[in-house]
Amino acid sequence: MTGVPIDPTSDATNRTKPQPRLRDEDMVACPTCDALHRLTDLPDGARARCVRCHTTLSAPRRGAMTRIVMLAATSMVLMMAAIFFPFLELTAAGITQRSSIMDVVLVFADGPFVGLALAVGALIILLPLARFLALIYVLAPMAFGSRPARDAVPVFRLAEALKPWSMAEIFIVGVAVALIKVAGLATLTIGPAFWAFVLLVVVTTLKDTFMCRLTIWKTLEERSK
Amino acid sequence: MQIDDMENLGRTQQVAAASAVAHHVMTAREAGLVGCANCGRVHRAPVPANCLRCGRPLFDRARARSLQYVWSWLFAGLIAYIPANLYPMLRTNTLGSTSESTILEGVVELIHHGSYLVAAIVFVASIAIPIAKFVAISYLAIGIQQRKRGHAHERHKLYEVVEFIGRWSMIDVFVVAILAALVQLDFAATINPGIAAISFSLSVAFTMLSAQSFDPKAIWRLTDTT
Repeated sequence: MTGVPIDPTSDATNRTKPQPRLRDEDMVACPTCDALHRLTDLPDGARARCVRCHTTLSAPRRGAMTRIVMLAATSMVLMMAAIFFPFLELTAAGITQRSSIMDVVLVFADGPFVGLALAVGALIILLPLARFLALIYVLAPMAFGSRPARDAVPVFRLAEALKPWSMAEIFIVGVAVALIKVAGLATLTIGPAFWAFVLLVVVTTLKDTFMCRLTIWKTLEERSK
Repeated sequence: MQIDDMENLGRTQQVAAASAVAHHVMTAREAGLVGCANCGRVHRAPVPANCLRCGRPLFDRARARSLQYVWSWLFAGLIAYIPANLYPMLRTNTLGSTSESTILEGVVELIHHGSYLVAAIVFVASIAIPIAKFVAISYLAIGIQQRKRGHAHERHKLYEVVEFIGRWSMIDVFVVAILAALVQLDFAATINPGIAAISFSLSVAFTMLSAQSFDPKAIWRLTDTT
């Protein structure tokens, strides 16, 4: 489906050609600027943008839901590896310090920093995990063509709301900066969890590019009937 | 208006239809419909309280007063940003001597070490982006309050940039967390987080909430009525 602007003054759209009254389902209002568009079928791989503010309205990909479910499942496995394997190893003055991601979270766990420990844990582990779970819960039944799961609508809204708060990719840049900061101080070895985390960021980014929100919302609505 | 984007449709007759409406874009509001700000579904009278597709409230009272929310979160962010710069972000302990460094001192230290790229990343993420965000959000909010009509495209772009880039300020907090986890080598060297890590995180979160409270439709609503 795609956006064609609807305009009362335009002959091309609705005066000369008598058109059947547009159903609500055949229209979409741009979520960011409210411009009204008529929906038509969009060829696979195309991208429809709002005529006014250029926000992407729809970008359907064939088999996207199956792919998103699989990539989200992959992300969950990678996250487990990233949490439990050693992340970085530091050697200086004969002492070796091995840290996992859990250590990074727990650094803040004493005194006034407890809140920060919870926040960092949420931002880099819990919220990304919650988002993967929510996406699998909503999209897996739809990928197999069945009815949406119970409460799929609020769960998908939650997944959308979590997106700006899952900061795995920012954490990776933070790791890069930290590595350069200690490089002069000690010898560093990168552990398997680091690579799992890098891969996680790549997979998550890939997953988000497949995601067409409008298609998912429309499918949810149609299947719920 | 922006006919080039319609090439994405891959259909010539639709491109022709689009060029006929080059001057005015009709909004759902003008058509007597209510469009959902989350999923774009349109609703006719009698309009339900919540979107029929995604369940988001259509007449969000928070949205109607959204500028108040934008300003409150922005001021909260600004207040938290002051201690974030005055108090130490990092406490380094090497062989018994302790040194503390604020965000800015951390950047200066990196420059002395010759790590210009990293210094630039930290400077942009922890100083340039937050300040630019305060200015940009104030500018957008004042624009709405003064019922400004011009530069809608530019202002909308600015809003998108602010929304996209805000979360990247968290880099420095993660750097502190990683350093403190890594460098715990007893008396040889230890790194601990400073109190500024807390206020800086709060500042980032508050300004993110401020940007999220901003309703981009308000930028366009005034151009609609011309």
